[in-house]
Amino acid sequence: MEGRKIALAGNPNCGKTTLFNGLTGANHYVGNWAGVTVERKEGTWHYADNAVHVIDLPGIYSMSPYSLEERIARDFIINSDIDVVVNVVDASFLERNLYLTTQLIELGKPVVLVLNMMDEAERKGITIDVESLADDLGIPVVPMVAMKGIGVDALYRKLYEVVTSDKEYSCNIAFDEDVEARIADYADQYGKCLDNHYNPRWVAIKVIEEDTEVLDLLGIDSPQVYESGVTVITAERYKYIDTLIEKHLVFRQKELHEKSDSIDNILLNRRFAIPSFGLVMAFIFYMTFTVGGLFTDRLDILINEVFAGAVQSGLTNAGIDAWLVSLVVDGVIGGVGGVLTFVPNIAILFLFISLLEDSGYMARVALIMDGWMSRVGLNGKTFIPMILGFGCNVPAIMGTRTLENENDRLIAILTNPFMSCGARFPVYVLFASIFFKGYEAIVTFSLYLLGVVIALVMAYIFRRTLFKGEESPFVMELPPYRVPAFKSLMIHVWERVKDYIQKAGTVIFLASVIIWVILNFNFSGMTDIQNSFGASIGKVIAPIFAPLGFGTWQSALSLLSGIVAKEIVVANTAILYGVSGAGMDGLALVLKDVFNPVSAYAFLVFVLLYTPCVAVIGVIKRETNSWKWTIFSVFYQIVIAWMVSFGFYQVGSFLFL
Amino acid sequence: MPLKSVQSGKEVILQDIDWGMRLRKKLEDMGLTPGVKFKVVSGKEFGPCIIEVRGTRLALGRNIVSKIQVNEVN
Repeated sequence: MEGRKIALAGNPNCGKTTLFNGLTGANHYVGNWAGVTVERKEGTWHYADNAVHVIDLPGIYSMSPYSLEERIARDFIINSDIDVVVNVVDASFLERNLYLTTQLIELGKPVVLVLNMMDEAERKGITIDVESLADDLGIPVVPMVAMKGIGVDALYRKLYEVVTSDKEYSCNIAFDEDVEARIADYADQYGKCLDNHYNPRWVAIKVIEEDTEVLDLLGIDSPQVYESGVTVITAERYKYIDTLIEKHLVFRQKELHEKSDSIDNILLNRRFAIPSFGLVMAFIFYMTFTVGGLFTDRLDILINEVFAGAVQSGLTNAGIDAWLVSLVVDGVIGGVGGVLTFVPNIAILFLFISLLEDSGYMARVALIMDGWMSRVGLNGKTFIPMILGFGCNVPAIMGTRTLENENDRLIAILTNPFMSCGARFPVYVLFASIFFKGYEAIVTFSLYLLGVVIALVMAYIFRRTLFKGEESPFVMELPPYRVPAFKSLMIHVWERVKDYIQKAGTVIFLASVIIWVILNFNFSGMTDIQNSFGASIGKVIAPIFAPLGFGTWQSALSLLSGIVAKEIVVANTAILYGVSGAGMDGLALVLKDVFNPVSAYAFLVFVLLYTPCVAVIGVIKRETNSWKWTIFSVFYQIVIAWMVSFGFYQVGSFLFL
Repeated sequence: MPLKSVQSGKEVILQDIDWGMRLRKKLEDMGLTPGVKFKVVSGKEFGPCIIEVRGTRLALGRNIVSKIQVNEVN
């Protein structure tokens, strides 16, 4: 088994990922399929001194040429050198899951069927005669409970058997006589055409289904065997599956969704749906900011006082030049440390979001919001990335992959940055506590709300102008609620936290150094802040912000630095006004001189809406694969931020000053 | 009649889907083949439309439920 390669294929929600995580543990790598933005996961499964290569294919319902994920899966299975396809199915929903199984078998590579979630099947009173099912289908069948690791040994044994056997490939699936006759015809006619690279039966079926890719490959037009070949074949598959189920499955109970239904009665109920969702989100934010806050405060002291202090005295005592000490302590530790102190918040936020996703609740959320979203012309599935944006826009924008329609996806990506991410929060807190003492919560909430409103308004505008088109249909499977596997959950959260820390280690590190240089040097060498490069740059940009109420070079520069990472706006504000050691009171004094409540709010509005950080720009480029849209997003956000901030400042000044 | 008008708890048979090839194929893959019998779990009174077809729950958005034609089963 050493060095063998297996691919995991199956429907979404069948526990495939749980199995993948169980087999590969931390030994896996997440990337992208070449040239596209579909996630590709591969890893190594160590068993009995053997290393088996495992690839997790995207969750798919079928293998048509219509969707990117499906094309990727089928191309991969046909063209790669994998030894076995492991088809993971949810044993408690066999009827629909087997639909993909029939297609996988037709591809011609060895298939092993894994009946996952056998415990749930048992709970529902479903008994499956595994032996006879395996006989009938002609492939090995392994019962499993991936979450508990049951069945993994058996899987290994079966894989070993398959890999070491000499048996010729054969397909036991049989459709209606008439259809089989046509298949035989076309298999004869076209089966050998393509260098035997493809299974003849598969080719024949694809011809009947009028599969565009295969017809292209063969260089023929569709022979139009039936009015809708696809429908006929689909119906045949389900007929075959029905007979399989009748023969090898016994249902004792009728209701398969009882517990989930009772929960859904509340969570999906017209009247309670949105309030209960509001409660859930409120709870999550509360936990993130209070529990997270406990850790954050301690981490802050640890990094910025204890650690920084120790490094400072250590380096100074070692005779290192003052400027280098400053670079390390103020620049690097100040910048990177500022970001790291937020890791507890981020971790908790991601933990809850992963929990909601893995349990199945997020699917309900998309469903609930579809009603409202479609009034703006958006697909309900846009809602989840928007919510994720409250944590961090980077994974949020990656989350737009669930939108199959390109236009929907682009709109979701372009409007996501208006959802106020965690990094902007410290800036709100800083200014709110100085200028709106006692009303911090309301002010902060108003900003979040403004972000949502602008996002929806822009989405509506985009729908009507740049992205006119047919509304995409909202179809989504509703899996029953599940308690997520602890291991999977931890792996999810760790992946995201790791991303965040890496961002800190690289982008923000570099940015901190560069900004430190800009603020401490000018053409004649080291100097104080007032005369630095930074000051000059700031003074050039500052007039743009004058109509918004904050036309000082310090504000301009701190906003510019915010494009690198919003987290450093706070630290830089202190540095730029020369009060970095003076604590909150010193900062408050200085800021009160420069801002008034109206311009402070306008400033926060600008921070809310303008170009998000470099990491987001990077993700937008990756997900859209287009410089055009990336550059567009950078500029249009600055424009919108300027206009809205201008509005608030002018109107606010008129009303309140 | 359109699926939109069906009450919760009723069983229906699929007649036709009035949308493009892609959606029809997608729905067929999920089990909604012509002539299949399925149940409306949660219809117009409860918010979004949820159906149960071939043992699986599917949620269907506003814009499609008016385009799916079904016949009620008595």
